[in-house]
Order: sequence, then structure tokens, then C-alpha cells
Amino acid sequence: MIREIIGFGLIYIGVVFDFFGVLGLIRLPDVYNRLQAATKSVTFGTGGILLGIFVLQGFNNFGFKAILGIIFIFLASPTAAHAISHASHRSNIKLDEKTVVDQYAEDNENK
Amino acid sequence: MKIFRWILGIIILGILAYCNFFVYKGEIIFKLINVILFASLFVLYRVIFGPSAADRIVAVDIFGILIIGLLAIIGLFYDESFYMDIALIWGLLSFIASLAFAKILERRHLDD
Amino acid sequence: MSLKNRSRITVFFLSLLVWFALTDITNLQEVILGIIIAIFVALIAGHFLITTEKRKHIFKRIGYALLYIIKFLWEIIKANVHVAYLVVHPKVPINPGIVKIKTKLTKESAMTILANSITLTPGTLTVDINLEKQELYIHCIDVHSKKIEDNTKDIGNRFEKILMEVFE
Repeated sequence: MIREIIGFGLIYIGVVFDFFGVLGLIRLPDVYNRLQAATKSVTFGTGGILLGIFVLQGFNNFGFKAILGIIFIFLASPTAAHAISHASHRSNIKLDEKTVVDQYAEDNENK
Repeated sequence: MKIFRWILGIIILGILAYCNFFVYKGEIIFKLINVILFASLFVLYRVIFGPSAADRIVAVDIFGILIIGLLAIIGLFYDESFYMDIALIWGLLSFIASLAFAKILERRHLDD
Repeated sequence: MSLKNRSRITVFFLSLLVWFALTDITNLQEVILGIIIAIFVALIAGHFLITTEKRKHIFKRIGYALLYIIKFLWEIIKANVHVAYLVVHPKVPINPGIVKIKTKLTKESAMTILANSITLTPGTLTVDINLEKQELYIHCIDVHSKKIEDNTKDIGNRFEKILMEVFE
């Protein structure tokens, strides 16, 4: 009984944060800000869903696969975000006009 | 322009309320699947109308992670563990695809 | 035993563990196939995992790793509440910019873990790493100051001490 409450609670929290992340993908102004909001929230949300499934299923086949999925997501998603942000800065995609400072571009010009 | 977008959002919310989207009826798990599908609709908006190529790549990357959660919930409903296999393979492929897209955006060769 | 062989044996047991998580352990056929595939994986890609000798004892490092995971989970929860606040707020109060910080870590694996942690914590995203100069370029959603020292204190020092204990 208490196991079901904890498991479904984690799944609800995960789905809500997934939705917030996608809302950030729509509302924020440029590529880097979108990448920040979307990567953080969607990774945490999907991790929450998989952890809830592990709590509900226990130590069987399904549960172990969910744990593998959590480890994989938390390693892969920031790496992909890093690659995309690096590539878009290299291919001269402009930052938003609200931007205060860009020390990376300054250092690249000085080289 | 901003007022137009607000009106559009209110109309969409009205349609959802009319179709009993917010009312609990039947299995609660179907509601969760509906919320994730609705979020995927937003991601598709960013894929189609994104101003630059990088926005589209971000959207595709996020879409891959959302699908992992969706497949996991479907697998929980049917109580079958092979949905989780599909989710893991999908996540691996979408990760490799994001890296390849990033390298193409940077105009670098793939074996660099 | 040389360092390469030790690394290969570690990779063999890790890949066998993953295979048993994905398949049925009571079936003898699956077990034999898993052992064969794990030997292949360890022979081909085994020598990349452990490359240097560590000075500290393994149990001490595992303890610090657990401490690191707890701190990391707390920071992730804070980050998500922050993002939810920013997204729901009607005016989207952001103040973005790319800043530079310095780090004391030297190993590549430690730098990778630090960069991934910075990406998942509140308001920051790693854009590039400079391994020789030990600098990281970070996109902040809310820039407070433009000096390198202040930003290093704000962003990097949250994880650096624990990662020093785990990896060096």
C-alpha cells in the first residue's frame, strides 16, 4: 500500500516536471536558455518516472532495466547538451539580446 | 501579437476542458500518457517553427528522452518488461543521433 | 598484476552484471552466452576504464562518492524548482551570459563528471572545457558578476572538494 503511494507519487512528480521542461522549451528566448531548461527538467522528470517504476516493481527484471535507464539518462543527457551548445556557439548562432557578457567569444577573438 | 497568442492558449484550454481532459475517469495512467503526448505536441511545434537549425536539434534530443518515459509508463500499464528494452534502445539511438547532428552543425567530419 | 589487466577484469564483471540485469539469470544458455560476450567486450574495450593508480583506499572513495550523490540529488531538486519558477513567471526574468571559471582538478574523468554536474545544477550549462589551462566556460541563466574569482566561488566550489577526494 505505502509502496504504491510512493511509486505513483514519484511518477506524478516526474510527469509534471517533464511538462515544465517542455514549457521552457517553448517560452525561453534563445538556444542556450532553451537547452538549460529542457535538459534539466526533462532529465529529472524521466528519472523520477523510472525510479517510481523501480519502487513499484521491486527487484525483478523490469526494475533492474529501469535502474539501467536512470544511469544511462543521467550520463548521456548532459553530454548531448554540452555537444549541442558547443556546436551552436562554433557555428555562430547569436545569443539573445538580453545577454550581459560573453567571455567565450572574447577569448576566441584574442587567439 | 501577444494578445493573439493569449487568446489562442485560452481557446486550446477551453477545447481540452470541453473534451473532459481534466476530469478523472477510468484509469489514471491514461491521463499521464495524455500529458506526455501533449508535451510532445509542444516539442513538435519547436521542431517545425524553430528559428534556427540548433533549435530543431535541441527539440529532437528532448523528444528522445520524453519517449523513454512514455514507453516506461506503457510498460507499467501492460506489466510487460520488453517495453523497457525498446526504451533503452531508443535512448541510445537518440543520444548517438544528437551527437552526430551536433558534429554536422559544426561542419566537422564524423570520424574526427 | 598490471594496470591494464586489472581494468579488463573490472570491465568483464561490470558488463556481466549489465547482461544479467537485462536477461534471465536462471537460464543456463543465457549465462554462457553472457560470459562469452563479456570476455569479448573486455578484450576489445577493456583498457580504457582504469588508467592511473589511485592513492586513497577504495572504501574511502566509495563513501565520498555516496556523499557526492546525495549532494547532487539535492542540487538537482533545487535546479528544477528554479526552472519551474522561471517558466511559470509571466515575464520570464532572465539575465543570461557566458562566464569563465577556473578549476583545480586535473584528471579527465573528474573534469567530465564536474562538467556534467554543472549542467544539471541550477542555472548553469557547460559550453566548453580547456584541459591545459584548467578552465571551464559556463552559460549562466542569471549572471551576478563578471569576475572570474566570484564565479569560481559561486559555481565550481560546490562539487570540487568532494570530487578531489573521489578521483585524485
